[in-house]
Amino acid sequence: MRYVDAFREPALARPLVEKIRSLGEGALPFRVMEVCGTHTMAIARNGIRALLGGGVTLVSGPGCPVCVTPDGYIDAAATLGRRREVILATFGDMVKVPGTASSLEKERGNGADVRVVYSPLDAVEIAARNPKREVVFLGVGFETTAPAIGGAIEAAGRRALANFSVLASVRTIPEAMDALAGDPGVRIEGFLCPAHVTAIIGSDAYLPLVEKRGIPCVVAGFEPLDILCGISMLLLQRREGKPRVENEYARVATSGGNRKAQALLGRVFEKCDISWRGIGVIPGSGLRIADAYAPFDARKKFGIDVVDSAPATPCRCGDVLKGIITPRECPLFGKACTPEDPVGPCMVSSEGTCAAFFKYGEQ
Amino acid sequence: MAGGRILLSHGEGGKRTRELIRKTIAKRFENPVLAPLLDSGLLGRLDGEVAFTTDGYVVSPAVFPGGDIGRLAVCGTLNDLSVCGARPVAISCSLILEEGFPLETLETILDSMKSAAAEGNALVACGDTKVVERGNADGIFITTAGVGILHDGWRPSPGSVRPGDRVILTGTMGDHQAAILIARNRLEISSEILSDVAPLSAMLHDVLAAFGGKVRFMRDPTRGGVGVSLNEMAESSRARIVLEENRLPVAAGVRGLCEILGFDPLYLANEGKALLIVDGSAAEEIASSLRKTGYGRNAAVIGEVAEGPPGVLMRTSVGGMRAVDYPVGDQLPRIC
Repeated sequence: MRYVDAFREPALARPLVEKIRSLGEGALPFRVMEVCGTHTMAIARNGIRALLGGGVTLVSGPGCPVCVTPDGYIDAAATLGRRREVILATFGDMVKVPGTASSLEKERGNGADVRVVYSPLDAVEIAARNPKREVVFLGVGFETTAPAIGGAIEAAGRRALANFSVLASVRTIPEAMDALAGDPGVRIEGFLCPAHVTAIIGSDAYLPLVEKRGIPCVVAGFEPLDILCGISMLLLQRREGKPRVENEYARVATSGGNRKAQALLGRVFEKCDISWRGIGVIPGSGLRIADAYAPFDARKKFGIDVVDSAPATPCRCGDVLKGIITPRECPLFGKACTPEDPVGPCMVSSEGTCAAFFKYGEQ
Repeated sequence: MAGGRILLSHGEGGKRTRELIRKTIAKRFENPVLAPLLDSGLLGRLDGEVAFTTDGYVVSPAVFPGGDIGRLAVCGTLNDLSVCGARPVAISCSLILEEGFPLETLETILDSMKSAAAEGNALVACGDTKVVERGNADGIFITTAGVGILHDGWRPSPGSVRPGDRVILTGTMGDHQAAILIARNRLEISSEILSDVAPLSAMLHDVLAAFGGKVRFMRDPTRGGVGVSLNEMAESSRARIVLEENRLPVAAGVRGLCEILGFDPLYLANEGKALLIVDGSAAEEIASSLRKTGYGRNAAVIGEVAEGPPGVLMRTSVGGMRAVDYPVGDQLPRIC
């Protein structure tokens, strides 16, 4: 615990806050996007937004896997769940996410066998224990979760489990950052890059983005001092006028990343275009299961497709995910849309921006 | 009795039922009110204003690090009386047993009830035992009710809370639920995490005896933890409570577990803690007198009542400010 406490030390926070305030003085507010949902949560939980003064505007990004999963995916999962032989295995966050007509929670109420697991490997175990059923794992995630999903597919392959498959919905972060950086409605001036995604892909993954868009990038950890330090590094880059990739989280993330995980991803997945809820299709930002592992691809196995459909509600999750509005500017926030009864995924997920704003009273 | 199990005939009302009640249950709780085994326990004349409470206990597993369902069933009800300012007099003990439940475990549980009741100075005045077929319950469920006498001249008064009052928590947060989590998931975590289940009657009685006029009201932060109880306290007293994150006591083992699993100790259940809103000028003195007791040794002033609309806020350790709201979902079922 001493190691964790060191990154929450009030005596070290104070000078960082002063530095951020003085670097932010005078200039127009600096728009920093924290890409990752865990950052969004940590910022809200530690009350960081209120500490920064007027010089920095924190904008929450699309880095919450549940939030960016299109409702068509939920519909496809619900359709699969209605087959009597199917057991749906999923991370808990997905259970309440609304699709166009249903949610996994509602399907479970109607008799679907939906089981919450903590690891994709748990789903492989369920398949091994239920040889007469078809276990479909809802493989939703970014580069952080993808190696675990890929590992589960390889494990099922080694154990010759013909009744295990994955409905993959895997997305990669740098492509989404590039798309947002190029969107004139978003206006990002600095990226606080995700900690754990970078542990896998390495901080060099942001070099093309800096080169192409000229936007400062700092990889930061999830503790309050990490975040404060990351923001001050971004402000310094602005003052110096030399955008580059810097790594505050060097204790975990390296420039090259986790080669073993990258090799695993290269074996099991291949790049594809994929739709992000509220943002649309971002070329090359998805990972689909490679042909060599086709027997484990639920799409192919059950001939099911994920149809992209625009949400039929006034929910503005898309604009929240792009950082165009804050959750409080959505007409549904806290009224028609609450964590108990969510309309959009940003309110469902424990990493969702709307959930963070609601839970911690962010303004 | 070693190796014996509960049979359906233990609940049929015949000889076996009588034997179980007399030799296993009533013998442990021996006292003059229970002894005649009448249909009611005759408590006689009670001197003072009476408080009355009840609670059902379904915790899984029935035996967990630091306690068992028996100790929990007695302490939970005693504490509900105590935080209302009532000195416990008597409790009831109603058991629902599943066919096949090991008698040895039942005896352990009854022993725990006996010692917790003795510690809380309450007698077990009446009881009931039912047996259900295998599969229709999970081992053992216990319901207890309790009767107590209010401390002279003291009433819980949320309406008297005012800015400048302070909030005391009588010890570390989250120990009970953390212990249940570990027991249920068989987590191999080396650090010792024990449930805090304990009767607070004596400790809270002493606080009221010494500082009665300074204590506005009290709650025991069980399900939903300190976070939920404080929200309820803020609501009922129309108060704005501001917590200091770095004053919140959390045992090192519980903190470690929460860091790993992503839980917030603020929302984990306690079974041996109380929250007190007290006159600000007496807060430190009350906390330091609590710290001299066994169950209050980690008591701390964790926040204060401020001007402003009702609610709970927290000043974070890095100096930020955020809301502390009711939690949504993810609650572990059957923790008490």
